[in-house]
Amino acid sequence: MTERMGFFTDTSVCIGCKACEVACKEWNDVPDDGFVFRATSYDNTGSLGANTWRHVAFIEQPRRTPPREEWTGAEGGEGQDGRDGREGHDGIEGWLMSSDVCKHCTHAACLDVCPTGALFRTEFDTVVVQADVCNGCGYCVPACPYGVIDRRERDGRAFKCTMCYDRQLGGLEPACAKACPTDSIQFGPLDELRVRAEERVERLRREGRPEARLYGASPDDGVGGDGAFFLLLDEPETYGLPPDPVVTTRDLPAMWRWAGGAALSLAGAVTVSFLSTRRGPVPSPAGARRGWWR
Amino acid sequence: MVPEAEFRSYYGQPIIKSPVWHEPHMPAYLYLGGLSGAASMMAAAARISGHDRLALTARLTAAAGATVGAGFLVAELGRPERFLNMLRVFKPTSPMSMGSWLLAAHSGLTALAATAALAPVLPASAATAVLRVPSVAAVLPVAGDAATMAAALTGPLMSTYTAVLLADTAVPVWHEAHRELPFLFAGSALASAGAAGMLTAPRAEAGPARAVAVLGAAVETVAGAVMERRLGMLGEPYQRGKAGGRMRTARALTVGGGLLAVVAGRSRVLTGLCGLALTAGALFTRFAVLEAGRASAADPRYTVVPQRRRLDAGNPASVPAPSR
Repeated sequence: MTERMGFFTDTSVCIGCKACEVACKEWNDVPDDGFVFRATSYDNTGSLGANTWRHVAFIEQPRRTPPREEWTGAEGGEGQDGRDGREGHDGIEGWLMSSDVCKHCTHAACLDVCPTGALFRTEFDTVVVQADVCNGCGYCVPACPYGVIDRRERDGRAFKCTMCYDRQLGGLEPACAKACPTDSIQFGPLDELRVRAEERVERLRREGRPEARLYGASPDDGVGGDGAFFLLLDEPETYGLPPDPVVTTRDLPAMWRWAGGAALSLAGAVTVSFLSTRRGPVPSPAGARRGWWR
Repeated sequence: MVPEAEFRSYYGQPIIKSPVWHEPHMPAYLYLGGLSGAASMMAAAARISGHDRLALTARLTAAAGATVGAGFLVAELGRPERFLNMLRVFKPTSPMSMGSWLLAAHSGLTALAATAALAPVLPASAATAVLRVPSVAAVLPVAGDAATMAAALTGPLMSTYTAVLLADTAVPVWHEAHRELPFLFAGSALASAGAAGMLTAPRAEAGPARAVAVLGAAVETVAGAVMERRLGMLGEPYQRGKAGGRMRTARALTVGGGLLAVVAGRSRVLTGLCGLALTAGALFTRFAVLEAGRASAADPRYTVVPQRRRLDAGNPASVPAPSR
């Protein structure tokens, strides 16, 4: 096995250009996702799914307490949307943009629950669906704590980001990272990325962004750490990310114990039913009954 | 009542994906698998206790439930022609993999048991010729009994593994209900199988089936009530909207059917009504659980609020990163 490879998505420098979405679609031949105008923001793909393997979220931050206004200027310098001044009247302080992607979890629920072995862990420690094995059972879809993988209904199978497994095999970086003009999406050995991310978050905090935080970087979290982690500037749920995700199979032993208890109870209930009614008056019209089926 | 919790989200969009499983396939399978499992247990008990007509109908019910249920499962797949890929691996971390193996074993055993029971009365034809080969005919009754006893081992698991199947997801009202769901499904399966036994066996032999139905209805009702109470805020999807309506209908039918089973006695009409009510109740329970799962997945509240509470209570699934 080679080194574990990963993505570090530094949302503080994301400009929302969606080059990652386009590059991903181009390289991976991902079908269009509807050309929908969602009327909520400049987001027109909405969420990750079978046909959206990179999703750029646009968050309109409401105006908050006056002291924080000072940071808005600094944000402009960081490459944020330059229309801050005009947005005062509708109560918007600024934009947050973030390119979301499959997290390639250390403990991946989709991989754990896949009954066919279609989902597998690659030599880069990423999680990939084998399209020639997947039978479209759909179990991975509700298993994912991030809502990443989905079934492509016209096709019948499940699809998600592969971290460009084919490009990695050829020694290339994934298409989204290659296309990202601001290096918001960084690809590399996960250990290096984690060190780099720590340095970046420290620097941002020193520069007056105390809300900067890493998401999915800790190997001790509920999914054992993400192979694709993020630097966020607000709470994860604001970006549509679960604040404290857990791999569902963590509780699987307990689930089987409860189910085993219920199974024994069922067997016991049937046994009791037969024991308690056995002595009852069973009118037995001759032995003809026995032998009806034997 | 739990106060409405404040939470933030991305334009109110769901965080997790809703289950893609269809109606009626998925809930119908949950019902049929449960029915088959409990019926196979009943078949074994009836065989031992000498309720031979009940044993026969329970064998047939178990086989029919498993076979038709498997059909629904295959139809549910995005690529039904690849259903055999389910048996490509044996994967303990996947309840669906375990369930596929269990269903394969259980449906095989129940089919053998049913075939053995029916062999003497099947019409002679090319398809049944193999059953009349002397050596086959000689071992078939013994094999059928052995299969019935073996299916009494797979049966209880058939009735309850589906609860693990649902609980082993990120769907909040399924995952957090992993204690009660197996009992809800076990009770529902008992009520279904008891109802089927009451409807199909002669009244003289239906006593144990009636007892199974009453016990099942009681377990189903209590497990459902305990589940909704313990889940707190996460119990809401089981109580509100479409799922809530189905859940209440299920409970009314189950309680009504259970009470009717106690008093039905020798009345054919009451027995029929009771069997139908319990069957409908079991079906409504499964449709309600699927709908509640969808509702809880569609509303980010049910994903965010419990996780945020965990974090705020300083009790995260995650350990904070060292730098914090």
